Amino acid sequence: MKVGLFIPCYVDALYPEVGVSTYKLLRSLGVDVYYPEKQTCCGQPMGNAGFQDKAMKLVESFDELFKGYDYVVSPSASCTSYVRFFHPQIAGHECEAAGKTVDIVEFLHDILQVKSLPAKFPHKVSLHNSCHGVRELGLSSPSERNIPKFNKIRDLLEMVEGITVVEPERPDECCGFGGMFSVEEPGVSTKMGMDKVMRHISTGAEYITGPDSSCLMHMQGISAKNNLPIRFIHVAQILSAGL
Amino acid sequence: MSTQHSKKANEFVKDIVKVDRHDVTFWSVRVKRDAMAHEVPEWEDLREAASQIKKHTVTHLADYLEEFASNAERNGVHVLWAKDANEYNAIVLDILRNHDVRKVVKSKSMLTEECGLNDSLTANGIEVVETDLGERILQLLGVPPSHIVMPAIHITREQVLECFRKNHIIEKNGAQAAACMGGDLETLIGKADPTFLTRCARYHLRDNFMTADCGMTGANFGIASTGEVVVCTNEGNADMSTSIPPLHIVSMGIEKLIPDYKSMAVFQRLLARNGTGQPTTVYTSHFRKPRPGSEMYIVLVDNGRSDILGNEEHWQTLKCMRCGACMNTCPVYRRSGGYSYSYFIPGPIGINLGMLRDSDRHYGNCSACSLCCSCDNVCPVKVDLSTQIYKWRQQLDGLHHADPMKKSLSNGMKIMFDHPSFYTSALKMAPVANSLPSWLTKTAMRDWCYGHEMPVFARKSFHQLWKEGMNDDDLKSSEKKN
Repeated sequence: MKVGLFIPCYVDALYPEVGVSTYKLLRSLGVDVYYPEKQTCCGQPMGNAGFQDKAMKLVESFDELFKGYDYVVSPSASCTSYVRFFHPQIAGHECEAAGKTVDIVEFLHDILQVKSLPAKFPHKVSLHNSCHGVRELGLSSPSERNIPKFNKIRDLLEMVEGITVVEPERPDECCGFGGMFSVEEPGVSTKMGMDKVMRHISTGAEYITGPDSSCLMHMQGISAKNNLPIRFIHVAQILSAGL
Repeated sequence: MSTQHSKKANEFVKDIVKVDRHDVTFWSVRVKRDAMAHEVPEWEDLREAASQIKKHTVTHLADYLEEFASNAERNGVHVLWAKDANEYNAIVLDILRNHDVRKVVKSKSMLTEECGLNDSLTANGIEVVETDLGERILQLLGVPPSHIVMPAIHITREQVLECFRKNHIIEKNGAQAAACMGGDLETLIGKADPTFLTRCARYHLRDNFMTADCGMTGANFGIASTGEVVVCTNEGNADMSTSIPPLHIVSMGIEKLIPDYKSMAVFQRLLARNGTGQPTTVYTSHFRKPRPGSEMYIVLVDNGRSDILGNEEHWQTLKCMRCGACMNTCPVYRRSGGYSYSYFIPGPIGINLGMLRDSDRHYGNCSACSLCCSCDNVCPVKVDLSTQIYKWRQQLDGLHHADPMKKSLSNGMKIMFDHPSFYTSALKMAPVANSLPSWLTKTAMRDWCYGHEMPVFARKSFHQLWKEGMNDDDLKSSEKKN
């Protein structure tokens, strides 16, 4: 199976270790991983700001770069969701790559259907169910809906030896990042982030983990500013721990 | 980079006690709503049915309006049509003048708020008394609602006591209320006792019900097949308003129509469960014809609704039945309060309706959304609220309301992301930002640094690590910064 690895711009610049973990994880599961070097961004920052038309060229080149792979895998739920659901709308036609772009959790859980992992992580972690992961990709059942409960991220994390997985009160309330929202509405965004981090801390966890580095970046920035006693780690880093 | 909403919201969040109370209050309604939704096994099917019924009705609106109007007229009800707010206010004033009305008692109606009816009537010498307790408190305080279903929930009981005192409601009714409760008047006042205050309000409103010449209600639903309207309240004030005066005027937006009783059954199961977390409203009253010896009017109001129906991108907002659930679940509404929005309907549906009403006045609300999509998942008629807000953001530039900073940022991103070579050069330069003096980064990134520390750029980007073959040392060095 040929997989194209999509490492979104901010993960590339700020959290390369998340990309590395994703790569190692996929390799350890016998997947052929390719990284098209001309990739940049999914275009969400422009769309979010109200200028999705400026992402048009980027959307077309994304499709060109990635359409030859069986799957496109990314360690960022929100960017994945933007590619899958917004690229065809921006391009005005179906995009071959968008249809097979999946988040790392979906890829492991639904496509490879991984049943065990060799990872060890003897820590208590609080699971951050990020909005686009929950409500666009369906990584877990949205708390608003009356449908059978499930959580694909938790299913994977519980394969890790020594781990304790907990979830905060209001398990899928937004952390307040929202891209441009965090700078345009700093008061509300910071308050949402602070509330969210405090609920994670109340679980007694050592780490906050999630499938989306953007939410983690937001909460990490707020934690650091307020010297809060919690650490942040991407799900892919835990699933690959010890590889 | 700030908007009308963000400026007010930044002020609102400064009072931590107030913002937390607001958040917890509305979250508790969301929790009650979830419990109700999870008790109904066919909940998601009901939402789909409600969405389909609304879609069907608004796309066949002319037929249903004719059916509704002719059935209502057959029942002996006068039916009148208003194309906009001015025409509506004039029609109501005309009816009231023809009946020598001096005092109107009103049950809650967001449509009258939309059209500014109260001000128009008051200016013409007619006394208007709101009879929904929350609405009455706001009317006496002279402030607008901050939520469409729980309009005065942001007001504390101490504020209510103060307001009732100023308006002589305690003076007139306090002794009777205390006696009825078997309590001491001064003690009850001292505690701003909610039951006591409610009793005072009850006596005060009874006096008004007895002396009014006309009762006005809104309509939660209009049933085309029978020509009747359905009004849902928890206080019975709509029933009191319509049972005593000899004249009943119903104000109804044309989108409130549903085809028949069978569809009413779907909405009846959704409205209160979703809006307030109750199995049903305390009173669900069907008004079909005038009481013997009295008259009944229904005023059907368009006021921009036909334009919404013709709006390919935003017609779905017409499906809304004003349950308020999108406000209760919205993390931004809960932490910014109703008054941070410029339109009288706040929250996700209010952002959309405000833009449809007057985009020049209300574009400043479009920032009040983190695109978390929770509203989409509670909406009982499946309005795609967050998608609608995303679409409005795309339209702002064309409406000449784009933020210049966001526009130049997006232009900059376009250049960088369209040219992989620029992008990789920028990646190489990025770590330099780590060593810039903090005053410089904090000035340049002022809005981010309001609540955050700056993130730290990796010494080597993933791009670079990949190029270098990702040897073990590099992998370790990439992890070091944590």
